[in-house]
Amino acid sequence: MRITCPYCGARDAQEFSYLGAADPVRPDGMAAAEAAMADYVYLRDNPAGPHRELWYHGSGCRSWLIVTRDTRTHAISAVEPAKVRKAGEAA
Amino acid sequence: MRYSALSLLTQALRGHKGWTPVWRDPAPKAEYDVVIIGGGGHGLATAHYLASRHGITKIAVLEKGYLGSGNVGRNTTIIRSNYLLPGNTPFYELSMKLWEGLEQDLNYNAMVSQRGVLNLYHSDAQRDAFARRGNAMRLAGVDAELLDREQVRAMAPFFDYDNARFPIQGGLLQKRGGTARHDAVAWGYARAADSRGVDLIQNCEVTGFTMVDGRAVGVETSRGPIRAKKIAMAVAGNSSRVAAMAGMRLPIESHVLQAFVSEGLKPMIDGVVTFGAGHFYVSQSDKGGLVFGGDIDGYNSYAQRGNLPVIEDVMESAMALWPGLGRVRMLRHWGGIMDMSMDGSPIIDRAPVEGLYLNAGWCYGGFKATPASGFCFAHLIATGEPHPVAAAYRLDRFASGRLIDEKGVGAQPNLH
Ligand SMILES: Cc1cc2nc3c(=O)[nH]c(=O)nc-3n(C[C@H](O)[C@H](O)[C@H](O)COP(=O)(O)OP(=O)(O)OC[C@H]3O[C@@H](n4cnc5c(N)ncnc54)[C@H](O)[C@@H]3O)c2cc1C
Ligand SMILES: [Zn+2]
Repeated sequence: MRITCPYCGARDAQEFSYLGAADPVRPDGMAAAEAAMADYVYLRDNPAGPHRELWYHGSGCRSWLIVTRDTRTHAISAVEPAKVRKAGEAA
Repeated sequence: MRYSALSLLTQALRGHKGWTPVWRDPAPKAEYDVVIIGGGGHGLATAHYLASRHGITKIAVLEKGYLGSGNVGRNTTIIRSNYLLPGNTPFYELSMKLWEGLEQDLNYNAMVSQRGVLNLYHSDAQRDAFARRGNAMRLAGVDAELLDREQVRAMAPFFDYDNARFPIQGGLLQKRGGTARHDAVAWGYARAADSRGVDLIQNCEVTGFTMVDGRAVGVETSRGPIRAKKIAMAVAGNSSRVAAMAGMRLPIESHVLQAFVSEGLKPMIDGVVTFGAGHFYVSQSDKGGLVFGGDIDGYNSYAQRGNLPVIEDVMESAMALWPGLGRVRMLRHWGGIMDMSMDGSPIIDRAPVEGLYLNAGWCYGGFKATPASGFCFAHLIATGEPHPVAAAYRLDRFASGRLIDEKGVGAQPNLH
């Protein structure tokens, strides 16, 4: 499997480490209800199909990336820097 | 037909022409008392124990492929009960006891072989952790022996004891552990359930649930709708997908685990040995192939095949432990999709949706659990109460913080 890093180009997946689903958003610690925190920590959609997930390019540019990969075929349809999402949220 | 030495001899004299099919191939009926989704080890065992221990026989097992096409026929066949935590130890020990009587119970040769499971340790800290686990096992009535380096060497002189990075210091041995023929386990349970009237329905994929007032009263399938008083899910690897059809999200990710078999060799190794400094385990099948396994590939996957980095990793570990393997040729490798739960332990519980029962989250240790999983799931379905040894396997333990985390590393779906 290869992941095309937006900064480094197509690189072997072994250069990256995997964290998991990209979409769960951590509830605000102080305000969050227990149930919302438990959902965030434990529950997953776990789809068979396109999955947005976090990969870290540890042996490259050390960026966090959001990779959209089909869990049935490993075909990757999009790779974007995770910080774009963060910036978007703050705005 | 009952199998015995006499039936084998009679058939041999008649040129083996009198054997009958091992189970029927019935069409689905409109309604059952219990519908079990998934014809793997756990679904078939559940059907057998419901029929044999609880007298419930109006049961259908619905399997989307053929019986045993999932993980039950893909695993590396290791059975053991060397667990540390109180939520696990009695459950896996019940499973081991059921393995010990399985062939008599099923009248089927599952080739249960208690050839021993040896976990090697390579450091003082690892020895202490193993001693603790062995003591916990013995307190729970499970056999465990802590071996030093020379005792291990006497069992297996061919390992690399003086490896510069991972010298072998000793091992924790469970003599009652071993292997069982995985397909035969599925076939034996299937035959036993069928003989009590359970309908085993293959090529029948569940595609949805029939809900009435928030209660599951039946399933939609590729072979038409089927009504059921109780619906039990045992779809290892696909639990999230099937649960989603009932509107549920589970504390599970699906991951692929690979297994490997070498060319057939003369007897080289008696029992199961696990390398403690990497993730690698090896045993030898009765046909002579060395059976290897290692880590999961490490990212969500529903592809029943793995990638090359894990193969490299497993082979490196093999060479670190047992340099003599260097010239062995690998014959095959394959993958299976497993439910990796967020604490590495399983779920046997009522689902939040009424009428639905959940058996999931077996990670990569669910083969050894097959008898107890079926036994306890049948108990829950028949009586409405959890079996005492499986009472900790609740779905709400994640939200309530009562995790059963053997590794002690927190919310991670890629543990066991
Ligand atoms: C490579 C590998 C090695 C392993 N090694 C070991 C080991 O050494 N020891 C050990 O204890 N465990 C091991 N395991 C784990 C063990 O195999 C599993 O935990 C266990 O088999 C899961 O339970 P099962 O047998 O019921 O699963 P399965 O056999 O996978 O049964 C589930 C069934 O559900 C069916 N299904 C899914 N969705 C639907 C649907 N919508 N409708 C109808 N049917 C459906 C599937 O087709 C499948 O047949 C290993 C697993 C793998 C992949
Ligand atoms: Zn990069």
